[in-house]
Amino acid sequence: MIPNLSALENHFGAAAAGSDDFAGLFSADAADQLALEFPTCNDFDGFQKATKEMVNNKKGTTTLSFIFDKGVIVAADSRASMGGYISSQTVRKIIEINPYMLGTMAGGAADCQFWHRNLGRLHELANKRRISIAGSSKTLANILYSYRGMGLSIGTMIAGFDETGPGLYYVDSEGARLKGSRFSVGSGSLYAYGILDEGYKFNMSVEEAAELARRAIYHATFRDGASGGCVSVYYVGPDGWKKLSGDDVGELHYHYYPVQAAPVEQEMAEAPSAST
Amino acid sequence: MSRRGDWVYENNGGTCVAIAGADYCVVAADTRLSVGYNILTREHSKICELADKCVIASSGFQGDIKALQKNLAARELLYQHQHNKRMSCPAMAQLLSNTLYYKRFFPYYAFNVLGGLDSEGKGCVYSYDAVGSYERTGYSAQGSGSTLIMPVLDNQLKSPSPLLVPARDAVTPLSESEAVDLVKDVFASATERDIYTGDKVEIVVINKAGTRREYIELRKD
Repeated sequence: MIPNLSALENHFGAAAAGSDDFAGLFSADAADQLALEFPTCNDFDGFQKATKEMVNNKKGTTTLSFIFDKGVIVAADSRASMGGYISSQTVRKIIEINPYMLGTMAGGAADCQFWHRNLGRLHELANKRRISIAGSSKTLANILYSYRGMGLSIGTMIAGFDETGPGLYYVDSEGARLKGSRFSVGSGSLYAYGILDEGYKFNMSVEEAAELARRAIYHATFRDGASGGCVSVYYVGPDGWKKLSGDDVGELHYHYYPVQAAPVEQEMAEAPSAST
Repeated sequence: MSRRGDWVYENNGGTCVAIAGADYCVVAADTRLSVGYNILTREHSKICELADKCVIASSGFQGDIKALQKNLAARELLYQHQHNKRMSCPAMAQLLSNTLYYKRFFPYYAFNVLGGLDSEGKGCVYSYDAVGSYERTGYSAQGSGSTLIMPVLDNQLKSPSPLLVPARDAVTPLSESEAVDLVKDVFASATERDIYTGDKVEIVVINKAGTRREYIELRKD
């Protein structure tokens, strides 16, 4: 079976490809479907700008990932918003690409979901082996670069474990692809970096690392209105990824800031009843 | 192909709601179709039964909604001929996501909720944005009245997040008839404050016996 790679090609300008709603519908080769369709209007940029406000489910987000001596930690919040309206509190922003690789999503929800889904399977079907972290992040970066300037919005980290050990790459829709040991992406990333940089060590236990990630995401949700919901923490080691925790931010707050018993200045005493 | 004008969209309003239960799913939408302050018709169905256990409700631009629903229905028919079975709701959910994303740069102006029963017979609801990001939820509201309805559904139905570890049981606590009553109530309430919602609400109930349709009158002003 030949995997469908047509999504990897950029069909900009090829107005003939799939310009009719039903063109690909009855064709014998359903693979035609992956060609993205473009509007034939005079002002493409203006069109994209106007539709962006209208249809795009944008995420204010906090995601982070770091490498330490036992592997990689990936953590994220779970809120999706359209402007000021919270459209979901239960988004899976950590995408399970394959049992050894995770991707995070920040930016447009659909863009991240769609391109990550395409990432894992194609290579495995073609080469009968798992793709390396470097390879998959480069595949993604190349696709995104081919669509550069056309309104895709993605800020992602590809993290996982392959033959070369732990891997972590930052990839965005502007075409950047950076290798690193510590990243945070999204509107709450500044707050997360504050906690993460302060507490980061290379030598940590998995529990210690997970707690650092959880604390960083929690404090980002605390200060960034566009982040919230649940904090998910994943660990990727030599044996694949494992979800370590998922905590509701509302409950996590009382874990980090336990309710202090308010000092009572004067104890109320039962007044002797006059009637008896 | 002829060149289009630069702007081809219109908002025809409308509200869609879906609620999943243990062994049923309720999908509902109002039947008003308007442009700006004009009401064009009071009986326009936004709900399409795509398969025996899969129903879609869409609001947004009527032209795009019609094109999208016809496309999906045709793809489901092809699937039937090729595989000799009806498409499952989770499969349709993925198909809808891809169909929407293929028009990422020229989107369908359609906000969809997909409701039905999964392969185990449990109710399922999938909610979408216009370019195909989707999520399985227990209940959802889309369209012009969604911001009025969603907080009420949260208040009545909210269950522990599926992201929690350890996982907690998250089943909508209502019976089928209670869910239908709740849908009637939230539409009556949304009609009070949303000019694009009203006239009638069309309710489709999917359970193991099949699908059943009913209509409830709403305010006409």
